Amino acid sequence: MALEFPIYMDNHSTTPMDPRVVEAMLPYFTKAFGNAASRTHAFGWTAEAAVEDARETLAKFIGASSGKEMVFTSGATEANNLAIKGAAEYYQSKGNHLITTVIEHKSVLDSCKRLERQGFDVSYVEVEKNGLVDPAKIERAITDKTILVSVMLANNEVGTIQPIAEIGKITRARSVLLHCDAVQGVGKTPFDVESMNVDLASITAHKIYGPKGIGALYVRRSRPRVRLVSQMDGGGHERGNRSGTLNVAGIVGFARACELMMSEGPTENARIRALRDRLRQRLEAALDQVTLNGDAEHRLSGNLNLSFSFVEGEGLMMAIKDVAVSSGSACTSASLEPSYVLKAMGLDEELAHSSLRFGLGRFNTQEEVDYVADLVIQKVKKLRDISPLYEMHQQGIDIKSIQWAAH
Amino acid sequence: MAYSDKVIDHYENPRNVGTLDPQRDDVGTGLVGAPACGDVMRLQIRVNEEGVIEDARFKTFGCGSAIASSSLATEWIKGKKLDEAGQLSNSQIATELNLPPVKIHCSVLAEDAIKSAILDYKKKREARQALSSEAHASEGPSPEAKPRVAGREVTAGK
Repeated sequence: MALEFPIYMDNHSTTPMDPRVVEAMLPYFTKAFGNAASRTHAFGWTAEAAVEDARETLAKFIGASSGKEMVFTSGATEANNLAIKGAAEYYQSKGNHLITTVIEHKSVLDSCKRLERQGFDVSYVEVEKNGLVDPAKIERAITDKTILVSVMLANNEVGTIQPIAEIGKITRARSVLLHCDAVQGVGKTPFDVESMNVDLASITAHKIYGPKGIGALYVRRSRPRVRLVSQMDGGGHERGNRSGTLNVAGIVGFARACELMMSEGPTENARIRALRDRLRQRLEAALDQVTLNGDAEHRLSGNLNLSFSFVEGEGLMMAIKDVAVSSGSACTSASLEPSYVLKAMGLDEELAHSSLRFGLGRFNTQEEVDYVADLVIQKVKKLRDISPLYEMHQQGIDIKSIQWAAH
Repeated sequence: MAYSDKVIDHYENPRNVGTLDPQRDDVGTGLVGAPACGDVMRLQIRVNEEGVIEDARFKTFGCGSAIASSSLATEWIKGKKLDEAGQLSNSQIATELNLPPVKIHCSVLAEDAIKSAILDYKKKREARQALSSEAHASEGPSPEAKPRVAGREVTAGK
């Protein structure tokens, strides 16, 4: 099959929609366009029935006992905001302490920071060098004021899969709520809110080949029943948890994406893992000084985060501009700070600037992997030829021994 | 972010990539930036007796704009007198390459690299002059008796 350009290898950022998802959604834009809250006519009933079916599918997808536990939102950012702020506000009479980790998504970290300004205390647990959270550190951070722990299922940059089940045992035993931002991991690694003792979970459609603009928050209804203070005022939709007319077509697409993940996920993940491993092996065989960032085992099948020493990530991305990837080098950001996730893992800033994240997904092929591997090898070599740091490395000069002036 | 055509041109066909022997008396080396910040530029000049930059070479670790800025800088200072080259400003580089605000620091770094290379050359020349006048004053037999070894002086900084 002929290659088509540009090649997309940034599936942690978003995924293309599966055509089967698009197909499922189409009737809900035109013929079945009703408002799911309209109780007085067939248009509304049709929409409502589609939404209720979708709820059950989503519940099954994450191991929830009922569709009633799913609250639809505009996406994962809103789900994370609602979970953290909504729970903190509801349970503030019980305590004012929350625990999260330093590598969470900004929608979790910034929600926590806002709560801190409102008088809450937040502990940000460090991660290990491999990007994994040590459950014992979570346990040690729990106090009698702790109301919520929030840990992601899988990290969006380095793909590390966190020990949610172990953390869930701890939080359940200590009667603390557990929120899990499951956006990156769900469908790609086992996730089950019942067996893992998760009380709140954020998911989104566009990371699993569904549409953008639709997410959901799982809110446990029994043992324990979790309550939230809604963050959006209005018509009282979603059992009062989230007002706003439902995005029916998006919800139908979300459910279809979940169905496909449930039926095809295991085979698909094995195929993606093989492609990812092939890419890694090719790059490491041809290039020296390549470092894998994040744990090799506890890792999303499609994630490959590598640092190519002595080559700057953004410069490398420019050299492979027909391939969509991302870099931990935040050279384009005004702050010039590299990835906070890589820094939190204790990675040297130089290596953070030299990192590239490949995110493989459903539609990547072996031909693409081979093409990308060859291209990256060629361009890394070219950029190392013009890198003063690589020359120093070859001359045996330790770059760390030089007094660099920060600028 | 879209790069300007000139940045892409310099990035894809960098001018004057290479290394001059930093030990030589007629070579000045500037090494600026820091790996932790994501840019390191090394710019070298070879200067003749008339104070004209006969050759300029660079190697850069950095984004496309940093590579383009240093490539352009070497192109511009070649054939110029030291004083002239020292007056080249970052804004000239930024304008020529049409750098966006977040990339202005790349042009600043290129200006620093030029200045640092000139300074290194001048320091060497002063040291050489001091050495020869010393030799002259003592009427010593041979200046070879005290060969000057140009150390690998790595001056990283503005």
